[in-house]
Amino acid sequence: MIRATLKSLAARKLRLAMSAFAIVLGVAFVAGSYVFTDTIDRTFDDIFGGLSSDVVVRPDLPGEADLFAGFATGTTTTIPSGLVDEVADLPGVERADGDVENQSFFVLDSDGDVMTTQGAPGIAVNYHDGPVADGAPVLELVDGELPSGPGEVALDDRTFEDSGYQLGDDVQFVGTGDDPRVTAELVGVVRFGESGSLAGASLSVFETGYAQQLFLDGDDAFNRISVTAAEGTSAEQVRDEISAILPGDFEALTGADVDEETASAIEEGLGFFNTFLLVFAAIALFVGVFLILNTFSILVAQRSQEMALYRALGAGRHQVTRSVLLEAFVVGVVGSTLGLLLGLGVAQLLKTVFGAFGLELAGGLVLQPRTVVISYVVGIVVTMVAAYVPARRASKVPPIAAMRDDVVSTESSRRVHLWVGGGLTLLGAAAMATGLFADVNDAALMVGAGIFAVFIGVALLAPVLATPVLRVVAGWYPKAFGTVGRLARENALRNPRRTAATASALMIGMALVTAISIVGASANATVDKALDDGVRAQFVVSNAVGQPFSPGIAEQVGQVDGVDEVVSVRMSGGLVDGDQTFLQSFDPVAYSRAADLELVAGTDELGPGQFLIGEDQAESKGLSVGDTVRLQLPGSDEDIELAGIYAQSPLLAGGVVVSQQTLADGAVPSLDSMLYVIADDGADLATVQDGLKAATADVPTVTVQDQDEYKQQSRDQVNQLLFLVYALLGLAVLIAVLGIVNTLALSVMERTREVGLLRAVGLSRRQLRRTIRLESIAIAVLGAVLGVALGLLFGVSLQRAIADDGLEVLSVPGGQLIVFVVLAAVVGVLAAVWPARRAAKLDVLRAITTE
Amino acid sequence: MTTEPSSPRTAAHAVDLTKIYGKDDTRVVALGGVTVEFAAGRFTAIMGPSGSGKSTLMHCMAALDSSTSGEVYIGDTELSGLNDKALTKLRRDKIGFVFQAFNLIPTLTAKENITLPLDIAGQSIDKEWFDNVIATVGLADRLGHKPNQLSGGQQQRVACARALVSKPEIIFADEPTGNLDSRSGTEVLSFLRRSVREFGQTIVMVTHDPNAAAYSDRVLFLADGQIVDELADPTAEKVLERMKGFDAVGQQA
Ligand SMILES: Nc1ncnc2c1ncn2[C@@H]1O[C@H](COP(=O)(O)OP(=O)(O)OP(=O)(O)O)[C@@H](O)[C@H]1O
Ligand SMILES: [Mg+2]
Repeated sequence: MIRATLKSLAARKLRLAMSAFAIVLGVAFVAGSYVFTDTIDRTFDDIFGGLSSDVVVRPDLPGEADLFAGFATGTTTTIPSGLVDEVADLPGVERADGDVENQSFFVLDSDGDVMTTQGAPGIAVNYHDGPVADGAPVLELVDGELPSGPGEVALDDRTFEDSGYQLGDDVQFVGTGDDPRVTAELVGVVRFGESGSLAGASLSVFETGYAQQLFLDGDDAFNRISVTAAEGTSAEQVRDEISAILPGDFEALTGADVDEETASAIEEGLGFFNTFLLVFAAIALFVGVFLILNTFSILVAQRSQEMALYRALGAGRHQVTRSVLLEAFVVGVVGSTLGLLLGLGVAQLLKTVFGAFGLELAGGLVLQPRTVVISYVVGIVVTMVAAYVPARRASKVPPIAAMRDDVVSTESSRRVHLWVGGGLTLLGAAAMATGLFADVNDAALMVGAGIFAVFIGVALLAPVLATPVLRVVAGWYPKAFGTVGRLARENALRNPRRTAATASALMIGMALVTAISIVGASANATVDKALDDGVRAQFVVSNAVGQPFSPGIAEQVGQVDGVDEVVSVRMSGGLVDGDQTFLQSFDPVAYSRAADLELVAGTDELGPGQFLIGEDQAESKGLSVGDTVRLQLPGSDEDIELAGIYAQSPLLAGGVVVSQQTLADGAVPSLDSMLYVIADDGADLATVQDGLKAATADVPTVTVQDQDEYKQQSRDQVNQLLFLVYALLGLAVLIAVLGIVNTLALSVMERTREVGLLRAVGLSRRQLRRTIRLESIAIAVLGAVLGVALGLLFGVSLQRAIADDGLEVLSVPGGQLIVFVVLAAVVGVLAAVWPARRAAKLDVLRAITTE
Repeated sequence: MTTEPSSPRTAAHAVDLTKIYGKDDTRVVALGGVTVEFAAGRFTAIMGPSGSGKSTLMHCMAALDSSTSGEVYIGDTELSGLNDKALTKLRRDKIGFVFQAFNLIPTLTAKENITLPLDIAGQSIDKEWFDNVIATVGLADRLGHKPNQLSGGQQQRVACARALVSKPEIIFADEPTGNLDSRSGTEVLSFLRRSVREFGQTIVMVTHDPNAAAYSDRVLFLADGQIVDELADPTAEKVLERMKGFDAVGQQA
């Protein structure tokens, strides 16, 4: 039996290869995502491993380490130099060096452009020769000399190479000080760590006093202390020794812990990538299941006489099932192997892309045994699960079928489909509804599981749904195309289960694309509405990647002719009643001139120690004016009072608003995230904009936009993300197309004699091709119609679900959805090309006489 | 061979037709220079032992297969010069077929199957003729049925009706009753003979059955790719007698 199975496999290489393609893609995503994340982890563990000294002393921030890192603001709490001396005097301490550090000090290249890639920090530090934990200095001088006084700087070698500067040149910087522009002479080039990689960031090194002048207002203070343990003392011992003498708002950690924290923060930041890839792996495999199920079903149907012959010759049911599953196993192994290889390619591609964007991942790819095991398990299990149903069906072929011509699917299996499919659909819908509208934990999980169940349910129902939908989709064929049309329609209808399974693959892809496009259109509409209704200010000054900038810019902007008022908006993280919370900070009176802010309770006179909140949030938290919450910031821990409640507006999303004094008191750096600029009545806006541009010309980290530009930028951000998602969903659609190709090709082979007969009675090759093309279009449009319908359901429910979290406006891109269906028809035409050509090439006589 | 003196014209004829399959070791001469004429309005039967080249002759005559050498004419049209498109059109307009089995498209009804060649050609149906044919086949009440709802004999009659309805120059039938019991076979054969007698149709039929051959006007005997004999106005007995003779010859060879 095994021999016979392998022989039949070899004879069907092409068809199986096509069904295996989905497995290959799915596994490639799984493997690629693991390999890539492992490579990222290795890279950052390398970069940040052993970079800190034995023990590090730093201000103690509330919440998790990355709460404030997200806003790149850190804290203004510093370590007085006296504390450095105190630590240095401890018995277990060999030496203690004060570090000055800033994350928003960007190098401009010789053309005046910002050098770091979007989002990567511009790091500035003071120089000292304190060693890291393994004894080597962090920075190694590779050219010139170390900065030894004010106005001197050394750059890391990678930045230096790309900058176009020579030693002795004046280097331009943009920082967050009151005067954002800084110039310093390039005196040296340093190398950071062993690899020199900074993961896209730039590094500028200054003499300590100058660094304090630049970043700490000239105070003799530091951001951190790097402590070296004395001979024979462990890092842990020193840490405990230091902790004993530290004031409460500082903490001591071992260098190893700090390094791990840094590395994992970055790894987590890139971790969304992993999730992203795995989600698409799941989609590819899910779609692939239908493809494999279909292919095996057809192959089993085609071989039912062969199977029956085996049974007649004495093979048991299990032997038949096993022979089909063995085929699936072989397909799974082959698919997984190819997928693993392709996955390495995917990871390499990502690595190259990241490198091109400046985030260089040193060294080769990391292929862990775990990745190999997962790839094979996923590939093989998915294939065999998909082949199980056809395998069971094969074993049910009665021996008598060897003598019969056709085995028709039984009515009972249809009823089972109807019940199970209907049940799953309802269950899934219920789970979605619960996740969406009820107040439950794991709402996202509920919605996800619900969507999954609805998908499978509808896929099971598809054979039942297919017939009526096809009657519409292909109903007009006979009228328009005569006999050719009738043949195409009947062919699409003759095996609804197969047609439906083929269409299901496309349905899934289409449903996702539709849902995403609805969410995207809604996001755009929400942005538009927020800005149309919400923003009155004529101009917005902001940083493209949301990095905060110097308050000096607001001052310069305020002096531009025709500017009436500049409203500064600051952002920070903080703990509100222990929950990590996004805080916005502005003067509500000024803000309400620039944008939509309408109080429904309390006052907009916002003082220190007070806050505002949106009405929905106030309601859900049960807050009314005068109530207090506990706010923890890097340098403060106090109860603040609710001063006012504002009407829900998409721009503010109902969040907590505090005064800028509150942030400053909490040691949050006073940096602006955005400026609304209100022009004088009757001022010529073009002139004002030119003035604004001129005022910010020497600070390339910020951009001035009028309302339209700002709107467009916000929309572009949404669209960029959408395009990425579309591109990946495109793969799901591609798999679906292959599914159609495969099914059509198999159907054509199955109908060889019919094709021969048609040709014999005078059907031309062209008419034959058209018949197959029309059938393909019917299948594709069926999939698209079901998919768009499901996608509408998903998209609208998703929008409803997050309407309160900022996706306020529902927008269904009707035109786009029609385009999807039309594209599906095009997909149908393309999918039919090859099967149609094959059919047309069939030799008439051979086709008729074929067995 | 010789033309029936009474026949006004020939519907199809072949001159020195050869068909060779394969090369070298696998070379098979299926037809070794056959010259034959099929008179219009006549029912010709072709007989011969298995492997003698009957089907090959039909296929070459019916523009389903190309010949190795020699000429084939349908009416006045010589086939070897035609490309696929022209051959398709010729088959559609001038030739009808009935195969041993699998003659019908399973997704179409009996009626749709019958009118298929006309539909494909985009020609309108001659209603009177259609009704006439249907009445003759005796399938008026079965027209809406799909093939799998018809008996084997009914399916073959539908196939015959399809061959007739486009009024082709000539109909080729390769063992049309090979899969049928004798009653169904008789239905089909009498229908074929009626269409020759009443409508003046030209039919060429391959058969192994002397009783079937007896329905024809003329029997050609094929052996080893050659026409070795013929018999006019056959009866089952006469045909059997002839065949015995060939069997003896075949055994000697
Ligand atoms: N496609 C082919 N390739 C090679 N040889 C072939 C092919 N088709 C037929 N032949 C050979 O040509 C010869 C004539 O075959 P043909 O099918 O015409 O016989 P037949 O008289 O119709 O036989 P039967 O009564 O069994 O149907 C046989 O020897 C056969 O083996
Ligand atoms: Mg034959």
